[in-house]
Amino acid sequence: MTTACNAPTIAPGEQPHIEVRDMTMAFGDFVLQRDLSFRIPRGSIFVIMGGSGCGKSTLLRHILGLLTPAKGSILLDGEDLTNIDLKRRQTLMRRFGVLYQSGALWSSMTLAENVSLPLEEYTDLSAGEIRDIAALKLAMVGLRGFEDYYPSEVSGGMQKRVGLARAIALDPEILCIDEPSAGLDPISSRRLDDLILELRASLDTTVVIVTHELPSIYSIGTDSIFLDAETRTMIASGPPTWLRDNCDDPTVHQFMTRGEATDGQ
Amino acid sequence: MSGPRLDVVQDSAGLELHAGGVWNVEVATPPCGDALSAIEALGPGDVLRYDTSELAAWDTGLLALLLRIEQVATERDVTIDRSGLPDGARRLLALAESSPARDDARRDTGKAPWLDRVGASTIAAAEYADGSVEFLGESTGAISRFFIGRGRYRKRDLWLLVQQAGAGALPIVSLVSFLLGAILAFVGAVQLQQFGATIYVANLVGVAMARDMGALMTGIVMAGRSGAAYAAQLGSMKVNQETDALVTLGISPVEFLVVPRVIALSSMMPLLTLYSVLMGIAGGALVAIAMLDLSLTTYWNQTIEALSMSGLLGGLFKAFVYGILIALAGCRQGMRCGGSASAVGDAATAAVVSSIVAIISAAGLFAWVFYVLGI
Repeated sequence: MTTACNAPTIAPGEQPHIEVRDMTMAFGDFVLQRDLSFRIPRGSIFVIMGGSGCGKSTLLRHILGLLTPAKGSILLDGEDLTNIDLKRRQTLMRRFGVLYQSGALWSSMTLAENVSLPLEEYTDLSAGEIRDIAALKLAMVGLRGFEDYYPSEVSGGMQKRVGLARAIALDPEILCIDEPSAGLDPISSRRLDDLILELRASLDTTVVIVTHELPSIYSIGTDSIFLDAETRTMIASGPPTWLRDNCDDPTVHQFMTRGEATDGQ
Repeated sequence: MSGPRLDVVQDSAGLELHAGGVWNVEVATPPCGDALSAIEALGPGDVLRYDTSELAAWDTGLLALLLRIEQVATERDVTIDRSGLPDGARRLLALAESSPARDDARRDTGKAPWLDRVGASTIAAAEYADGSVEFLGESTGAISRFFIGRGRYRKRDLWLLVQQAGAGALPIVSLVSFLLGAILAFVGAVQLQQFGATIYVANLVGVAMARDMGALMTGIVMAGRSGAAYAAQLGSMKVNQETDALVTLGISPVEFLVVPRVIALSSMMPLLTLYSVLMGIAGGALVAIAMLDLSLTTYWNQTIEALSMSGLLGGLFKAFVYGILIALAGCRQGMRCGGSASAVGDAATAAVVSSIVAIISAAGLFAWVFYVLGI
């Protein structure tokens, strides 16, 4: 890792919201990424970048506890997530909201029911209140009036927005988003960015986002890491715009400029 | 940490709602009955204001409650002043309201009148029948193309399907047939013992397995095993648009996907049935030896004598037909699968149900035809 591509955004004394220490991700003998160490500040929009197949989504799945690291640890507010009992982990998981790559809506439930399920499971609200909240969340993502539709009856972009509404149903502290812009038109994609910014500003949510959509990375990302498929580790970290202007690593530079400005360097 | 509070303060200009404490939707939200009844007493020109200076923390619960209160207030033309709300809450409410209300999107979830539903299901049934006939015709055409060597399919896929439908099914067919043979022997033994004709247990088991039960049991096992699998495979291919990809390449999905499955299952079913007959006879023999003190040779000789070639061939022919029925039913359900993951499950269920109905109906028909023909 070249020091030129490493700009920590977190103050030395500050407690990070999420911290990853010396983590290695592997499937059996196949090491996907090793020596990952980074800190996600509270209230930041943290972008995980990298080329296809470098393990971005897998990293997210590790943070969410869907996969266990081969080595190293993941800390949430200083508590080691890799070494706790199931019950505690389930409690901690409620502080996460997740938007999966393809929405992952439950196809046998209406959109409102999809958003309501977390509320039904974890709150004592009445059916009427739950319906109100579900309608509010759907309205926030621009889907007012679509409560009684089934996922298969709405477009892919709409499914994604419903996925976001479901992810924010319980006002999560940490919102994890996997490829938000995949399959969205530029305008919807922009709306989604605005929504993420708004949520962070209003609820002080920490957002961890996997994407390679450059406009979105620059407009919302406050911090980032870059995973390299070749060397199988992170080769850069810092605010995306800073990386674009200062990082001289060719892979990172090419990624951040879509390979267009490399000749001029 | 103090619980959430919502106090109503009346003043000359209208109403002020004081929200305080910690609002956490997972813990509790305060009742809003007082606030609602107070607002219902207001009229046009009154102002609804908020005071949240004592609010320690808030979340969605507050927003949902505000929306409900404001809806009542708006109906009464009460002016709403949101300046007392936390910044974030104000912005999120604005965000929710900024999305255009799609009233045309709201759908009628009420139940249609009885006659409507009868009509709709009749039309659906007619369309289903129509689709089935079309599918049958298409499959027949594609199968004949296969036999004159002009069918488009991948040989590797065919062999894989043959392996799955044939060798892969041996363990479950062994178990079921062996036990079925044993059960038949038990039932027969109890009755035949009364006449001292226990040796005829061999006839009962052998003839029953060879003529009908072997094919029928194998068919039912394969309906659950392969029929459901075919529906699920084709259904998920449909969901992933894989069948569309075939069509755009100019390859008929029926030719490419359905025909190999029909061929594989209908060719393996007679072999499996033959095996099933043997396993059934073995099961019967075990009971006969253990319970009735017959020797293995006696039992075997008696069985050989009882079996007729025509009966056995009839059984194998039935198995062949069942194989076609199961494969067609499974593929048909897979091909008409809808666009969601739950539709795949529905298709698999429908495949098992319809193939078992088809097998049993065919078995009834065969029994009658074979009786008339004297086989």
